Order: sequence, then C-alpha cells, then structure tokens
Amino acid sequence: MAKLTVSVQKDDFDPGQLQEALLVGASEEGAVATFTGYVRVNNDDRGVSRMMMEHYPGMTENSIASTLDEAAQRWPILAAAVVHRIGELRPGERIVWVGVSSRHRGGSFSACEYIMDYLKTNAPFWKKEIGPQGEHWVDARDTDSDRARRWQVSE
Amino acid sequence: MSGSGLRAESTVIRVLFFARIREQLDCSSMELDWNDSVRGIEGLRSALIARGGSQWDAVLSQDNIICAVNQQVVTSDIELSDGDEVAFFPPVTGG
Repeated sequence: MAKLTVSVQKDDFDPGQLQEALLVGASEEGAVATFTGYVRVNNDDRGVSRMMMEHYPGMTENSIASTLDEAAQRWPILAAAVVHRIGELRPGERIVWVGVSSRHRGGSFSACEYIMDYLKTNAPFWKKEIGPQGEHWVDARDTDSDRARRWQVSE
Repeated sequence: MSGSGLRAESTVIRVLFFARIREQLDCSSMELDWNDSVRGIEGLRSALIARGGSQWDAVLSQDNIICAVNQQVVTSDIELSDGDEVAFFPPVTGG
C-alpha cells in the first residue's frame, strides 16, 4: 500500500522537509520526483500584487485523495503527497507541492505530473488575483484540460 | 425515504456557492426545504431562481457552472434526497 497524504493549509511549507517525510523509511526508494508551484508576479499580462485562494472544504481534500489513489493504481509508487495553500498569497510564495516516491524514476515522474494535471482540473480551488488594475477571478484554461485529457486511457 | 410517504417534519437541502458565483449572488450557503419541487438539480435551480429573482436567474443560468452533490461533481439532473449538500461553482483554478 502506498502512503498517500493530502494537506490543505494556510501556512507555507518546507519542500525539503516534505520530501524527507515522503520516504517510507526502509530505503526502498530509488526515486523521488517533486513539483512546486509559485505565485507569478504577472499572469496574462496583468500585474499581480496578491491573490486569494478559495476552496470547498472537504470536497477539495477528497478530490485530491481520489487523484492520489488513481495514481497509486496506475504506477508502482511507494508514497505520494500533496500540500496546497489557501487564503492570501503573494508573488514568489509557494502555492502547491506534489511529491512522489517509487523504486524507479518512471513512476515518480509520471505520477507527479498526473497528480498535478488532475489537481488543476478537478480539485475545487479558485484563484482571485488582485493587482493595480483591480481584482478578478482567474479563468480556467483550456490548456489545463488538454493536459489532463492526455492521461485518459483509450478503451 | 421515497417521495410518496408523509413526512413528519420538513427536511432540507443545503446549498453552497463558491468563488464568482458566491460573489454574484452575495450568498455562500443557504438551506432550502426539501419537497417535491426540488427533487432534482433542475428543480432546485428553478426553486432558487423563484426565490431569488432576476439576479439569481442571470447568475444560475450562466454556462460553465459546475454542480456537485454531496461533494461529487454531477453532469446530469440527478434526484436529490433530503439532507443532501448541493454546491454550484465555476470551473476550478487551483494549483
């Protein structure tokens, strides 16, 4: 059984600590792949001075947990974890972290990207950007749906 | 519980709104009496519009509103049961 964990939190996180915490302790891992997402200072040519990340408590955690389960069924991973921040965030701050460990690198690389692509299109989070031109809700991108669709297995 | 029996007390559907939808309606959550007219998602939507008027009609008739029942996204007009939690929200933009 892979060790799968999800945290949705206001506080910042330490990627190094999270990576160490991913290890299952029996030195079975041959690979860890991680992804860290940050707040950009410019998005679609608009300046961003801060952002508010809203979520649907409960559904968010369950949605990410389902994605981790699916990743664990698809690749032989030892552990996977997602940390996602909510509330007010500023440019340069970390928003999200995904880490996956496995015996060989293939599973870690693929599962890490799969988890992030599904999180982007399925987990109920919404970004509102606030900048010099005012505030606006960020629109979902077709490119994110396209990326998630790549993982669908044709029957 | 089927819809045909007599109910001893009124039961409710909990409705949640998020992000742009929440702001446009100026409402994050409400409870609606569960009855025969709000048996499905479309019935619930009509009941919300009947209650809220033209502003709610404009907001809830937008394309691209996602609906979740008991925290699972639904894409068709499924039947609701008393005590269900229904959420309306725009496409997600996390990560």
